[in-house]
Amino acid sequence: MAQGVLALAEQFEGRFRNVAYEVLSEGKRLADALGEPLAGVVLGSGIEAMAAELGKYGADKILAADDPALADYTTDAYTNVLFDIVKDHDPKILLLGASTRGKDLSARLSARLDTGLAMDCLALRVDGDTLIATRPMFGGKVLAEIAIQGTPQMAAIRPNVMEVVEAEKGAGVEKVPVNVGVAKTKALEKKTEAAAKVDLTEANIIVSGGRGMGSPDFSLLEKLAEVLGGTVGASRSAVDEGWRPHSDQVGQTGKVVSPNLYIACGISGAIQHLAGMGTSKYIVGINKDPEAPIFKKADYGIVEDLFKVVPALTADVKKLRE
Amino acid sequence: MDIVVLLKQVPDTETLIQIAADKTSIKTEDVKWVINPYDEFAVEEALRIKEAQGEGKVTILTVGPERAIEAIRTALAMGADEGVLIDDPAAEGGDALGTAKVLAAALREIPYDLIVAGQRAVDDDYYQVPAAVAAFLGIAQVSMVIKEEIQDEKILCERTIEGGTMVVEAQLPALFTTQKGINEPRYASLPGIMKAKKKPLAKKTLADLGINPSEVGEAGAKCRVMSLSFPPERSPGKIIEGETPEAKAAELVRLLREEAKVI
Repeated sequence: MAQGVLALAEQFEGRFRNVAYEVLSEGKRLADALGEPLAGVVLGSGIEAMAAELGKYGADKILAADDPALADYTTDAYTNVLFDIVKDHDPKILLLGASTRGKDLSARLSARLDTGLAMDCLALRVDGDTLIATRPMFGGKVLAEIAIQGTPQMAAIRPNVMEVVEAEKGAGVEKVPVNVGVAKTKALEKKTEAAAKVDLTEANIIVSGGRGMGSPDFSLLEKLAEVLGGTVGASRSAVDEGWRPHSDQVGQTGKVVSPNLYIACGISGAIQHLAGMGTSKYIVGINKDPEAPIFKKADYGIVEDLFKVVPALTADVKKLRE
Repeated sequence: MDIVVLLKQVPDTETLIQIAADKTSIKTEDVKWVINPYDEFAVEEALRIKEAQGEGKVTILTVGPERAIEAIRTALAMGADEGVLIDDPAAEGGDALGTAKVLAAALREIPYDLIVAGQRAVDDDYYQVPAAVAAFLGIAQVSMVIKEEIQDEKILCERTIEGGTMVVEAQLPALFTTQKGINEPRYASLPGIMKAKKKPLAKKTLADLGINPSEVGEAGAKCRVMSLSFPPERSPGKIIEGETPEAKAAELVRLLREEAKVI
């Protein structure tokens, strides 16, 4: 009979992603609610040593699928290996992170296992034996409560939302057999963006620019983001103008983000943009137009020319940091 | 090369979403229905591949109610060759796996070398249907593709990952999903719209596809929407007053540090 929680800790090039700790911590909370154990699992190449770290987050057991064939993420190999692990360990709940790879993997795996999966979850709870997820739909305009059925009940959690809690267990790492099966896909080449930019979905602070920027010159925002330790985003208008790459777009047809601090500069606040950043903990709006819809959502608003306010903000934050 | 595009009709992203009385669905009156924006990229990419290859057929495959014909006709007006709509009440109200099972069954009757779909539908935001279709058909999938190139029996795809991209090679037949940036979808021309009216558009039911209705739609759903709600309203915060832009900036930094404690 299915038992416990299995949590996939996503690593990339030998480092756990933040969402890995969030998945483990949430897994621990659910395992405690069920009164059942938590197992952490890591897939990759040369990851056996790093896997031990998962004991810090309450894993009773740590599984490592360590094989050169898992060095780069490919859908087939990762799905096949995780499928075997699930069949062997028969967890009641399987948790993953809803990163770009996590979404790809969890979707394929849920079909292979023919089991229910809730994607991009903001909150999870167990009601008796049923896992219930709260997840956004319509780009965040609506929240849905979803009851998940099947074995295991699968949920992929949105990065940057759930709390990381340490709970030392000191569990040992157990290597699991790896059979990557027939690979129909092959990873050839990785291209990373300049200065290994933090992805918007994982950023703690986002400084976003919209039509009010007036040109592709986002250097003022880059500077503010730099002193804040944040990342630059953009509205759909700014992306459609060709001022910023598509990977920077925040909103219903771009990335849905939930940083601690979202600073919207020259963004009026179209409904599809507000939906995409509405779960940010704090929102700041800077816009010349006092009627801009962004001010209805912003915790703090400044009605002013962004080209005057942003440099002053950068200077003030810089002073704080010194 | 025969290409099938998985297409969904969704509410326009500028639509104000209202929750229906049953609390588990949305009000469909006053909704402007459009092709899922990511699926428009998929239609465009399929047409470009066909044009580059100089032969083949682009088929639009949709699960949805009668009104979805409008979305299929738009894709046909863009240049796709044929449409298939699976319209069956028993296919509605289900989860991503149910929809994928219906699509996979339909794909067993349509010849294809390549399947293209949007990376997600902007209504349910499940991100699951294309991957599940590929899994049920046992073919390769590549998600979030911004560039592709067909090479003999393979397709090279540049897909987005956190902080960059990765080039992935997949054996055909394969499925890939389109991400914004892959192309600029064309508009349907007037002659295109006229021609689209005469293009074949087949309607099918679950019985036509040999699907047991209890396995899909609401009856077969493994994920059930128990309730829908609106996210907590953010109350408008304070507008920061000050004599100069510098004074306002200084006050904001103080509030972010002392009140919000986020910097």
